[in-house]
Amino acid sequence: MIYTLCFVLFLVGLYGVTCKKNIVKIILGFLIMEHSVNLFLILLGWKKDGITPVLGKGMSSDMLVRNAVDPLPQAMVLILIVIGLGILALMVAFAIRLYQKYGTFDITEMNKLKH
Amino acid sequence: MIETLISMLIFFMIIGAIIALETTDLLSAVISIGAIGSVASICYLFVGAPDIASTQLVVEVLTIIILIRATIRHDLITIDGDREFFGLTITLALIFVLFLFGIKAFNNLFDFGNPAISQLPEAPSNRYLACGFQETGANNILSAILFDYRGLDTFGQLCVLFAGIWGAFAIMRVQSRRKKTGKGDGNEDR
Repeated sequence: MIYTLCFVLFLVGLYGVTCKKNIVKIILGFLIMEHSVNLFLILLGWKKDGITPVLGKGMSSDMLVRNAVDPLPQAMVLILIVIGLGILALMVAFAIRLYQKYGTFDITEMNKLKH
Repeated sequence: MIETLISMLIFFMIIGAIIALETTDLLSAVISIGAIGSVASICYLFVGAPDIASTQLVVEVLTIIILIRATIRHDLITIDGDREFFGLTITLALIFVLFLFGIKAFNNLFDFGNPAISQLPEAPSNRYLACGFQETGANNILSAILFDYRGLDTFGQLCVLFAGIWGAFAIMRVQSRRKKTGKGDGNEDR
């Protein structure tokens, strides 16, 4: 149920990427897909009544094995979020350059190799 | 209980996504994306990932700043209307088919709240949780994985990040360098 909702969010982003004409809307659809994938990976590792995988005061490693949520997807997603920021900067740079070249954000107008 | 809460939050995110994609004002679309990221950060807090939540919040602020930089300096020409009707119909049908396949695929996953690490004792995460503190000395297992067990992975991913940022700088810099040297090849942008 909860995974399906994540997938619906992914498909909304996919709709934005494939069906929108404005290049900023396409970037926003990409961001929505990214959010949904990150959330899905984190939710995959959740354990019922799970605790954060941090060894607190007076806790043993056995307690952590029994109760903590999965730390591996969290480590993946932590880097993934930061890389997403870099990719976004790249996409926005492309969008700004295209705007300077064509004077519009509409991708159906960007059909000339030389303007 | 937490399942209902997370479901409601994701439902809110879906509504925010639809608003962001369908509104004609680019600035409100960007603000909606900010709302989606903040709700995602709240979700991370509830499922035991406070590190991710704080990172997401910081990155979300930077995302909004970058996107506003992209939209606000230019004239906000509202481009409404989708592609032509035939292509739109085909795309929506394909997305629906993808949705059906996805529902099939999710039946094979472990249930929510009962992940792989509690069913497979030999999963690598169990070893990280059991021996992480003794082997690395970090009491946050997340940093033990990031900087010790999988440090080489982290290095490679940071190389990707560096390449992305460098590419963005290279794309943005071409025009100013041309202006400075005054060299044009008949292809200047204006």
